[in-house]
Amino acid sequence: MNRFPLWKYVLIGITLVVSFLYTLPNFFGEVPAVQISPVRTTEKVDSTLLGQVESSLKAANLGYQGVELSGNSIKVRLGTTDEQIKAKDVLQNSLGGRYTVALNLVSASPAWLSSIHALPMYLGLDLRGGVHFLLEVDMKAALEKAANRYQNDFRSELRSDKIRYGRISREGSAVTVHFATRDQRDAAINKLGTAFPDLVFTPEDEAEGFTLTARLKPEAETKEKERSLQQNITTLRNRVNELGVAEPVIQQQGDSRVVVQLPGVQDTAKAKEILGRTATLEIRMVDEQADPTAIQQGQTPYGDDIVTSRDGGKIAVKKDVVLTGDSITDASPGFESTSGQAAVHVNLDGKGARIFKDVTRENVGKRMAILLIEKGVAEAITAPVIREEIGGGRVQITGMESAQEASDIALLLRAGALAAPMQIVEERTVGPSMGAENISKGFRSNLWGFLAVTLFMVFYYRVFGLFSSIALAINGIFLVALLSMLQATLTLPGLAGIALTLGMAIDANVLINERIREELRNGATPQAAIHAGYDRAWGTILDSNLTTLIAGVALFWLGSGPVRGFAVVLCLGILTSMFSAVTVSRAMVNLTYGRQARLAKVSI
Amino acid sequence: MLEFFPFKKNIPFMSWGKVTTAISLLTFLFAVWALWDKGLNLGVDFTGGTVMEVRTSQPADLPAIRTVLEKTGLIEVSVQTFGTSHDVLIRLPNKGDSNAAETSNRVMAALTATNPGLELKRVDFVGPQVGKELYDNGALALLVVAFGIMAYLAIRFEWRFAVAGMLANMHDIVIILGVFAFFQWEFTLTVLAGVLAILGYSVNESVVVFDRIRENIRKMRGATIPDIIDDAITRTMSRTIITHGSTQIMVLSMLFFGGEALHNFALALTIGIMFGIYSSVLVASPLLLMFGVKREHFIKPVEKKEEAVV
Repeated sequence: MNRFPLWKYVLIGITLVVSFLYTLPNFFGEVPAVQISPVRTTEKVDSTLLGQVESSLKAANLGYQGVELSGNSIKVRLGTTDEQIKAKDVLQNSLGGRYTVALNLVSASPAWLSSIHALPMYLGLDLRGGVHFLLEVDMKAALEKAANRYQNDFRSELRSDKIRYGRISREGSAVTVHFATRDQRDAAINKLGTAFPDLVFTPEDEAEGFTLTARLKPEAETKEKERSLQQNITTLRNRVNELGVAEPVIQQQGDSRVVVQLPGVQDTAKAKEILGRTATLEIRMVDEQADPTAIQQGQTPYGDDIVTSRDGGKIAVKKDVVLTGDSITDASPGFESTSGQAAVHVNLDGKGARIFKDVTRENVGKRMAILLIEKGVAEAITAPVIREEIGGGRVQITGMESAQEASDIALLLRAGALAAPMQIVEERTVGPSMGAENISKGFRSNLWGFLAVTLFMVFYYRVFGLFSSIALAINGIFLVALLSMLQATLTLPGLAGIALTLGMAIDANVLINERIREELRNGATPQAAIHAGYDRAWGTILDSNLTTLIAGVALFWLGSGPVRGFAVVLCLGILTSMFSAVTVSRAMVNLTYGRQARLAKVSI
Repeated sequence: MLEFFPFKKNIPFMSWGKVTTAISLLTFLFAVWALWDKGLNLGVDFTGGTVMEVRTSQPADLPAIRTVLEKTGLIEVSVQTFGTSHDVLIRLPNKGDSNAAETSNRVMAALTATNPGLELKRVDFVGPQVGKELYDNGALALLVVAFGIMAYLAIRFEWRFAVAGMLANMHDIVIILGVFAFFQWEFTLTVLAGVLAILGYSVNESVVVFDRIRENIRKMRGATIPDIIDDAITRTMSRTIITHGSTQIMVLSMLFFGGEALHNFALALTIGIMFGIYSSVLVASPLLLMFGVKREHFIKPVEKKEEAVV
């Protein structure tokens, strides 16, 4: 009666082997590495760059252990931290400013383990050290900015149709246009209603005249907020790339917040400054009179600035700024209607549109440069030739080589600046020594606790206690394997969660062992007692684990950060313990006692 | 066979009802008083503010650090050591100003100027809005877990069991909170997580006893309800002590080896486990008796047998 069919043993065996494999990477530790990633998220890392990295390392006589392309970055493994720092300098010099070279640690586990996606557990910031920021986007400001834009757009729309209007005022995110007559207002409703489908217009008759108030429709408001948040995230991502952080996390949280996690960053003051900075876009005229050879030699003509273009060349641009990025309301990739060439469509606000119209009228045939200024360094994203006067605030920039480039440029135009101000509402910084301390403390709690429980179980239940303890150790392996497979974030409370679930998991074995004892006491044969013990314990084990699972799920749902890490471990631990405590320990019992037909005594 | 609890006869737990109820009531009232009078010492997670941990190369000179910080215009600063004389904990409340996030930078700038070799170990800054949200979410989580478990017990057993089990566990939670309030131990997010885990864990105990009571009601036809409950508790005693004991071993290990960060978490769990044993045995069951559990509640329905196991 206490025998498993072969398939059960096989299943348990396979589970054990797989779990063991996925637990392995956690024991290999980490080796120093440098990680190379492009500053602009839109650029790709390819095998050409890989070759370049290898040749510059060889040229510098630096021995490296391996180079790999992973995701959108290149990782170079090095023997020592000295070599790591040397390699960082060598690569940063040879690759230039387009790539960030960051120090990192990569798993030292052999390649065949990585090839089956067996990776070490993903450590939270409280274990590896680093900064966690929660930034809140000021959505009120984002909507007001949108309203500001509409204020300008209304002006140019009404003017182009020669509809007379009085004041255009803004209160919060509502824009009100004042009219002298009802007819003017009705004409405006028609005109603006078709031009701006995202707005609701409410006319009102007041003593001093007629007004028309425009508000964003609720769905348009949601879209506007979403757009602001996305733009801020893109901008943040570009900025974080400059910081040279190996594996940053930038994620949306809720509908107005962004989480930024920078593992390994210690200089939080600098991180805060860079995240909070406002990058600017400028449109300036190219100085066509400047002598190209003089520019290449670095001579700056009077009244000009020399900027680098994206292909690495140098252009002289006039110091006068035509427009700043604030005037750009949107940029999207597309195609030119006549030639089908890739293009970027840029929308300007009312004021920007007027200036742009004047400038383009006066400068047909000349070039205009769009500059992105970050860290005080200007770069020309593109410098197209003006073909004709451009009115209406809708600008089409051509000259891109591919649709990909067009979409990159559109993104840069949008991402250069923040859509709305952001504020840090939460910061958690953990120093590197603290992270290592936390790991060792968490590990020691688990180790000593486990040893003490094992000692007690073997002392109290003898052979069955030993089986229970082995099952408990296997539960630990299952849990670590599962955490490694899912790449769930392991935090310090998560480590505490492992200890707690191990303590609670033994409950199932105690239930079983006590039940077997009771059956024996009531005069059952050992085989029958074992069978009944396991059989009847299941219902109670399920019951008692489910209530803890309810708590775990609620914690995961409502918790944040480290607490969520605890909840994940708690829930997974409960699930693995039900398998290990019941099935795995039963397999051991069956293997030991199951084949003896006349079992007179069991050690329990 | 090694046995710690070789009880041959039932222990008359139910006849101690008056005494245990009195003890529970007193502890409970004490906890409520502590909560009401002193209140929880809420950590920065819930109140908002900045907490910094720094390690000094020399034994820390707290008054000097305080003076340095006050000179930079930071007020209401609390500076204390913990663990060793090199580890300094600095707390600063949120001061309505918009750049509260910069506070930690100002502190570090001021301290490194006078204390070379100062190492930043940890910064927790929580804005007022976030603190309030964490507090609200915490309270919501407590309610969700309580009602979730109650609903589960009601489906699995009967409403009397659900209410008795829940009251017994809320009694544990209030006592944990009361002890934290009395000693003014810091109540953080991690401690809250521990409290919620205890809520889920200690209800197990009641489930096991209830399971056995239900089984006994069906089996022990002639016995009175108090006898049935006494028998159930006596027979589950051994398992109760051993499982709680082994969980407690792990928790103690956390308390001794887990360091400052897990200290209060482990304390909350310890109190919870201790009172969990007490309440499931000596609070939940008398309550069940008080609510008037009757044989008829279980004899009639043709439920599939689901025997208790201990």
